[in-house]
Amino acid sequence: MAQITLIEALTMAMAHEMARDPSVVVLGEDVGVNGGVFRATAGLSEKFGPVRVLDTPLDETTIAGIAVGMAAQGMKPIAEAQFDGFVYPMVDHIICHAARFRTRTRGRLTCPLVLRVPWGGGIRAPEHHSEANESIFTNVPGLRVVMPSSPSRAYGMLLAAIRDPDPVIFFEPKRIYRQYKEEVADDGEALPLDVCFVLRDGSDVTLVTWGAQVKETLEAADALAKEGISAEVIDVATLKPLDFDTIHESVKKTGRCVIVHEAPRTAGFGAEVAARLAEHAMYDLVAPVERVTGYDTHIPLFRLEMKYLPSVERIVAAAKRTLAAG
Amino acid sequence: MSIAASFEIEYLQYLDPEGKLVRNDLPEFARDPKQLVELYKTMSFVRVFDSKAVALQRTGKLGTYASCLGHEAAHVAIGSAMHIDDVFAPMYREYGAQFVRGVKPREVLMYWGGDERGNDFSGPAHDFPWCVPIATQCLHAAGAAMAFKIRKEPRVAVSVVGDGGSSKADFYSAINMAGAQTLPYVSVIVNNQWAISVPRSAQTGAKTLAQKGIAAGLECLQVDGNDLIAMRTAMDYAIKRARHGHGGMVIEAVTYRLSDHTTADDARRYRPDGEVKAAWEREPLKRLRNYLLAQKAWSDKHEEAWKAECERIVDIEVNAYLETKVQPVEAMFDFVYAELPVDLQEQRAQVLALEKR
Repeated sequence: MAQITLIEALTMAMAHEMARDPSVVVLGEDVGVNGGVFRATAGLSEKFGPVRVLDTPLDETTIAGIAVGMAAQGMKPIAEAQFDGFVYPMVDHIICHAARFRTRTRGRLTCPLVLRVPWGGGIRAPEHHSEANESIFTNVPGLRVVMPSSPSRAYGMLLAAIRDPDPVIFFEPKRIYRQYKEEVADDGEALPLDVCFVLRDGSDVTLVTWGAQVKETLEAADALAKEGISAEVIDVATLKPLDFDTIHESVKKTGRCVIVHEAPRTAGFGAEVAARLAEHAMYDLVAPVERVTGYDTHIPLFRLEMKYLPSVERIVAAAKRTLAAG
Repeated sequence: MSIAASFEIEYLQYLDPEGKLVRNDLPEFARDPKQLVELYKTMSFVRVFDSKAVALQRTGKLGTYASCLGHEAAHVAIGSAMHIDDVFAPMYREYGAQFVRGVKPREVLMYWGGDERGNDFSGPAHDFPWCVPIATQCLHAAGAAMAFKIRKEPRVAVSVVGDGGSSKADFYSAINMAGAQTLPYVSVIVNNQWAISVPRSAQTGAKTLAQKGIAAGLECLQVDGNDLIAMRTAMDYAIKRARHGHGGMVIEAVTYRLSDHTTADDARRYRPDGEVKAAWEREPLKRLRNYLLAQKAWSDKHEEAWKAECERIVDIEVNAYLETKVQPVEAMFDFVYAELPVDLQEQRAQVLALEKR
């Protein structure tokens, strides 16, 4: 078994499915000979040829619309949005068509596509390259919205996304593309697309997060442990559909919850988690739910971006507030 | 300065508004009056259906409906030129093309009557549904063509967009992709001169809409969209060359929207009566009927009998539509995902409980 990074795990998953299923194709800007600007599709063009690893014209509308058309006609396209900030021209096709072909045609046509979106800030990138825009998609019926945060989850979840009969928005936390390596077997084993992952058991407070913030949240749990506070960490790798049961079970045990996400606070996906806690876990809670999020501002250019992103310090402080409250 | 590129847009017409031939190179299909009669009968049927659908809306038995009055030649030509294996991506008023492909009139009525099952129609299962968000269907057709190319299938994808739709990025994206990848894709612009209240002149400074394909590297043709023979000839040509790997084509069918945009519109607010009156002189049924009458392939008696037959068939379809039971309430949940996620199972159960209360 090879030690690989998160992004190498994505490449491995795509290569695995392309070899297994001739209907799987990759399309996007610079995904071919160049292997993608982040190298996610490195080597695929050599292996599978330029027809199945398609360099599209520089037009996101084309990428999304072509992927929808192909998916409706029996292909399984993996479309790449080069950066999170470039998905907006794709949204019409994703919302009006990919997400609703099944409904509109009563199941006659479906749209089993994967839209891969390198996601989030913290890599000192130019403007429009650092967006955390997952909640635009989590409000859309018919979509699955997922975001892995480790090499092994990236591999298993991308396999599952490609095999899923419905459209999947696959967010890739690019800040942790190469954060660490992990042993991942190329065994074709997919992971479920509707469960949260409990990354660390704890009894005093539940820290709920996803994407690149898993890194800071685990570090916060370490810091809390040093002060004798036991934090449970949940990675909501599948935002939609949400596995609320796993979160609820944890909160039953801890009575406290801190939700950590990079996106702006208002109507961010944390609001949905908090609302479910209010609906279903009010009497399990001993302290108000805390949210540690991006601010309701645009993510600043890179000199200030780390001030915007949730920090270990902010997460630890929020966890301590829940302990002080009850 | 030298010339970097130059182009011309040809215009194709066989029948003038009076139904007289203006060329003497009639294509094979048009030399057989029987085939022309069948196509005329379909156009005529579409018109009877269309007028009935508008009447249903006016009497509260149908929702908003998009009429196809005046587009019959263009639509029937498109449908009859395609193979059943080809993929059609319509906008939302191409009933003539779709009836030829097996869609039932009752299914059109179901769609505009508020029932998604209209889009689970009896036409080819691979055809795209009616597409309201303007021009997005162009890219879906190009995507289908890309799939055919990858799988090496001898199939062609055809989309229809209006003059207004040809202003959208999606229209340009689709023909651009078709040019870049030599896709078997035919993009038909049915230019009916009006995008709701905005005239063709306000859509673009281009002299023709057909020439938009030039920048994408496609072959382009402007056609008299009220002339069934010209439209069918153009479609046969475009589809044949696409099927044989010679790439995509843009066809502009010049016609006129003789109706309001939809039943929710009142074109009298923005459109001069004189223009509409003049357009009626060029309408598609009259000229083909005159031609067939002159060929002794059709008669007033035939006309009367066929009209009565159309009324009879349309009545059957309307009754079938009116008798269609509303879908069970849980239908709103049952096609959102292949398998219903737990969240939705709970909501589905709530709705069912409310129904039974």
